[in-house]
Amino acid sequence: MGLMMTWTVAAPAISAAFLSSLVEAVEALTIVLAVGTVRGWRPAGLGAVAGLALLALIVLALGPLLDRVPLNLLQLAIGVLLLLFGMRWLRKAILRAAGVIPLHDEAKVYATETAQLREQENLHKARLDWLAALASFKTIVLEGLEVVFIVIAVGAGRGLIGPASVGAIAACILVAGVGFAVHRPLARVPENTLKFVVGVMLSAFGVFWIGEGFGIDWPGEDIAIIAFAALFLVVALGTAALTRRVGREALQ
Amino acid sequence: MSALISALRQFAGLFVEDGWLALAILGIVALAGVLALLMPRLSLAAGAILLFGCLGVLVANVMRAARDERVR
Repeated sequence: MGLMMTWTVAAPAISAAFLSSLVEAVEALTIVLAVGTVRGWRPAGLGAVAGLALLALIVLALGPLLDRVPLNLLQLAIGVLLLLFGMRWLRKAILRAAGVIPLHDEAKVYATETAQLREQENLHKARLDWLAALASFKTIVLEGLEVVFIVIAVGAGRGLIGPASVGAIAACILVAGVGFAVHRPLARVPENTLKFVVGVMLSAFGVFWIGEGFGIDWPGEDIAIIAFAALFLVVALGTAALTRRVGREALQ
Repeated sequence: MSALISALRQFAGLFVEDGWLALAILGIVALAGVLALLMPRLSLAAGAILLFGCLGVLVANVMRAARDERVR
């Protein structure tokens, strides 16, 4: 029973870390590929490695600090951040699924970034390697911070940072491997579906951790996370369908 | 300095994109927290406020955002 209870938290934690890292890694890969294609792989690689080094430093600095925070305070703080983060993703995914805002297009992002780098090439020839490396560095740090946050957030409350990290690292290796094999942005990854699923999972985790932080005894304990996720999914799908229908009626 | 401010703004943007949504979520969390702390015997009611409050806020925010987009 204990093992099953652990898996009811571990499996959603690992899949949330894997799926959200997949989304972030695809976005980071697009920019690094654009930098590498326009300015060569040296500045793209240097920027990416420097970004990964900074992320590793942040993880090393934050890790020991987390052990010093009282558990219920940690659950509350992480729960609030997860809820803000997850519902932000979910809101956007619903609006995209309902056709209110356009879907994220990796091919378009790649084209825009490439055009910007070519424009900079004409303006600042001497400084361009630095600018290109900086673009690669910035995207790795920003997308990587989201990955680090999600791993800590879904893992810290139950000592699952290790398994969540494995999920995140597996996603990053998968995306980097496929991306560098095909040398193209991974535009066919169903990003909005992934964001929808991850938004649902992170929001469910957020509600659960906040409740734990407040001392609420959730019925079914850890299994409540799965029930919350199911409820968020049903409401989110219903809201997307309703928004789409209202939009169609407004057009007619 | 401006690079630091820009980085901080981007970091804050990870959690807050729509101020109305963020404020409403924090309001629901505060309400559930007050109820859970003042009336521990009603902690499940606090949990229900937290869960259904967040779902309600999500639906209301999406409908509002969709309406605003259509007006534009």
